[in-house]
Amino acid sequence: MNTTQTRTNRITTTTPQLREATTPGGKPNPIAHLTAEEIEGIGRELDALRDEVMNSRGADDAAYIRGVIKMQRWLEAASRLVLLFSKFPPAFVAGTAGLTVAKIIENTEIGHNILHGQWDWMRDEKIHSTTWEWDFASPAEQWKKSHNVEHHTYTNVVGMDNDLGYNILRVDPDQEWKLNHLFQPITNFFTALFFEYGIAAYDLDVKGWKEGTKDHKEFMADLKVALKKLRAQFAKDYVVHPLLSGPSALHTLAANAIANTARNVWTHAVIFCGHFPEGVETFETESIEGETRGEWYLRQMLGSANISGSKLMHLMSGNLSHQIEHHLFPDMPSNRYAQIAPRVQELMERHGLRYVTGPLHRQVASAWKKVFKYSLPNKRDGVSRLREVTDAAREGVDEVFRSTRGMLRPTRRRALPA
Amino acid sequence: MTAPGAAQPKASSRAGVRPIALLGRGLRTLAGALATPLVPEDFLDLIDPLRSGADLRGRVLAVEPEGPGATTLTIRPGRGWRPHRPGQYTRIGFDVDGVRRWRAYSITSPVGLPGIITVTVRAIDGGIVSHYVRDELRPGTVVHLDQATGDFVLPDAPPPAALFLTAGSGLTPVMGMLRNRPLPADVVVVHSAPTRRESLFLDELSALHDDGHIRLVTRFTADEGILRPADLDSVVPDWRDRHTWACGPTAMLDDAQAHWEAAGLADRLHTERFRPTVHAVGDGGAMTLARSGVTVDVDASTTMLDAGEDAGVLMPSGCRMGICFNCVLPLVEGSVRDLRTGDLTTATPEDPVLVQTCVSAPAGPCRLNH
Repeated sequence: MNTTQTRTNRITTTTPQLREATTPGGKPNPIAHLTAEEIEGIGRELDALRDEVMNSRGADDAAYIRGVIKMQRWLEAASRLVLLFSKFPPAFVAGTAGLTVAKIIENTEIGHNILHGQWDWMRDEKIHSTTWEWDFASPAEQWKKSHNVEHHTYTNVVGMDNDLGYNILRVDPDQEWKLNHLFQPITNFFTALFFEYGIAAYDLDVKGWKEGTKDHKEFMADLKVALKKLRAQFAKDYVVHPLLSGPSALHTLAANAIANTARNVWTHAVIFCGHFPEGVETFETESIEGETRGEWYLRQMLGSANISGSKLMHLMSGNLSHQIEHHLFPDMPSNRYAQIAPRVQELMERHGLRYVTGPLHRQVASAWKKVFKYSLPNKRDGVSRLREVTDAAREGVDEVFRSTRGMLRPTRRRALPA
Repeated sequence: MTAPGAAQPKASSRAGVRPIALLGRGLRTLAGALATPLVPEDFLDLIDPLRSGADLRGRVLAVEPEGPGATTLTIRPGRGWRPHRPGQYTRIGFDVDGVRRWRAYSITSPVGLPGIITVTVRAIDGGIVSHYVRDELRPGTVVHLDQATGDFVLPDAPPPAALFLTAGSGLTPVMGMLRNRPLPADVVVVHSAPTRRESLFLDELSALHDDGHIRLVTRFTADEGILRPADLDSVVPDWRDRHTWACGPTAMLDDAQAHWEAAGLADRLHTERFRPTVHAVGDGGAMTLARSGVTVDVDASTTMLDAGEDAGVLMPSGCRMGICFNCVLPLVEGSVRDLRTGDLTTATPEDPVLVQTCVSAPAGPCRLNH
């Protein structure tokens, strides 16, 4: 947490900033029409909404999460049991489907939300952000740091929120174009297939370690923890459960691989829909300096997108289908997002702000469109985009020749001064 | 302390035990590998939360009023429960409005009731748990338990003559002793309560008195005033010859201790102190970081995170705005205020609470385990 340790306390910041009609990057400013008083009014209204819901948490909410956990465990246990006989096609199909659903709910409605502290108020040591571990490649502790701190604090701030493209995608014209973005539709496809491992690498900050911004010792310590977790995860799904299935071993192994991959694709799609569809705003580093509580709320609302759908959709997405509400109140129990969604939407529309939402297929398509669109450099007058790409390619080839001459050792730059 | 009757694993060198132990260990490892990242117990809890080896829980069998201001609970502990010694207490965790709250209660049932314990909860003004127990708790509810503990017990060889000096709900651990046999040959119980009506277990004590098991002296303080140690000479003239067990309000115990010490008989007095449940609540206060050995005065608008860092302590931190939960630390005593909402959170050693230090300021003296 080197980046955050010296920062002043954010909850007491109260300096409203000047609002220009366009951002320094040239995009129209979505909150230019609001006065400072209006923005703080929005902040107060949302604070009141938060208090109202948080003060009404009670036995019904506790029963909800315990019920979901119980249901998920029964489903997982039953599916694993059925998969012991996965040689028989009906058992294979039913077991794989059940396990996929169980694994998805375990990550989304249960794991993600518990690790956000949404259920800490119950003071149940078993359902608590400090004790929970989930069925996911990245250890809970490491994920909590990178996700809850960096992403939820700096949501959609270009250069500060690593979730903005997970370091590898270019989804915004303000992100600098590089040659490798040309291949990002392919990269993104494989990211979806192996999503949990991508997230684990990103929580470890492999990139920061390579570039020297993450302390080597700290990295190795984190890596040890991550590898231990990974080993246990692999052993469970790809060794122990298959071996226990005896003659059905290979079928069980395949079923587990399918369930893990299907979950990767699903969670990738849900998260992809949270911040990348058309209409979601991004922000610049300057715009968050001295940000007030009202401005922070605005950035969360404008930087997120919802997915409309049924109750089942909300459960399977861990209520990240209510991404806007989740980003406003990350520690509010997820079963309450549906309750406040109409009020948040009304508030945004009343203030001329866009509440981005749509069905899953449309949001996924919209986000993918961005991946394709921004794989190419921005259109600029008088500059041929083809020329830009070929120049970058030539440079890239030269760079490869230079760096591989004599040795194939990756270069580790020295730590940058803070 | 090992409770009598607790099953001790017997050392055995017989052939045949080792392979079984190895097999058992192997099976546990296998079950662990199957269940990771959960533990096998998480799945077993789905079937039987009271089984042996589970975290200790108990099922409430009966909830009965005990006079006007108290409620007696009958609880069947899970199979991991170890028999208590008379006079000991246990911590019980109730889920009140979805929030787990732990409180310590003396066990009032005799040892050896098959699979059953009782506790008596006196309603306290504004008491969250005592009101829940009286008004909402229903038989069938599963509560969380700790093993019985406490040194306020009769020795294995009871002294020939004993004095029990109690006031209010301080009677409960003594009741736990009086319901067991054998009692010391000569027992005097001096019990104080505000009024006859509010006195716990009065009928049962009177019956013990009538049957000659004890000599009962009652003092109803609303009319008769508080019993002072100096009054003992007239009430129990031979108190110096007895071992005394005293339980009640702090002031009463302080007086007793001074009196026994003055008489040079401190080793004959055994006391049980209920921790005061009322904490000083204020704006700001002295924050103690117990493991770091640091105490600092913090004003009402400074977060505990900032105060700790200013005092040179390495504090866990993250977003510093109350959303990421990387800064939570156990509050073990005192109250803190959430700076966003003004909400108070109070913890006691029996009921510690994890709090977000980045949005909380001390509200009175408080102690964090960090």
